[in-house]
Amino acid sequence: MTVGLDQYLFLSALLFAIGFFGVLARRNAIVIFMSLELMLMASTLALVAFSRFNGTSSGNVFVFFILAIAAAEVAVGLAIIVALFRHRKTVMVDELNALKN
Amino acid sequence: MPALPFYLLSAITAGCAIGAVALRNTVTAAFCLLGSLLGMSGLFVLLDAYLLAALLVLVYAGAIVALFVFIVMLLDVRGSDSRPTTRVSLAAAGVAFAVLGAGLAVTFGRNLLTTPAPLAEAPGLGASLKFYGEQLFTTYLLPVQIVGFLLLIAMLGVIVISKRFAPVEDAK
Repeated sequence: MTVGLDQYLFLSALLFAIGFFGVLARRNAIVIFMSLELMLMASTLALVAFSRFNGTSSGNVFVFFILAIAAAEVAVGLAIIVALFRHRKTVMVDELNALKN
Repeated sequence: MPALPFYLLSAITAGCAIGAVALRNTVTAAFCLLGSLLGMSGLFVLLDAYLLAALLVLVYAGAIVALFVFIVMLLDVRGSDSRPTTRVSLAAAGVAFAVLGAGLAVTFGRNLLTTPAPLAEAPGLGASLKFYGEQLFTTYLLPVQIVGFLLLIAMLGVIVISKRFAPVEDAK
């Protein structure tokens, strides 16, 4: 039983779908954010696998930028969540409905 | 490519990912995310991207998960997620999960490439820091500058968002 590109891409798709499920189903903004990180990570795995099996290195270099973007995103997102909690005393997304209606 | 380490590591990664998404306790979910990241860095080692594996552990496990746990501690939202998710949103999320997963699996489910390219052909694989440095400062110089600018803007944004500005005294 040999492990090819297929298996890596399937795992990547599975992780992406799990993260997507978390974004849709959870109500805690922090957990939603963690699921988003999971989705980013899944795409990273696909890039590295493509890079390895095609013998190029562009995908690997691209992962650097994804890591930097993820770091910036987490910093800003968590700051927004903290600011939100300070104003509304909750991080549950279904109670944050000020823009509804 | 070795089969057993791959399946072991992918089981760890996927299992911890499911835990991170499904568990009620936020701190436990954060630690499941950490386990998933460690499994992922093991997969990077299997793919001969040693530098990226080390970076993933440093940046994600060292900085991002620590930040998540820190924020959870700071906000202390323990126990407030006890109300179960509504049935409709759970069903919608399940359907979306199934459709997305099936679509991606069908797209990728053909025998694309089964043997990796030989290592000698790909200079960027392995742990050659020199190659990455050369690439980042020649071919990818503009993206590096843009990402640096983005990080600066993100830092400023975080300061602006989280600082409490006192009302100006002489405004009246």
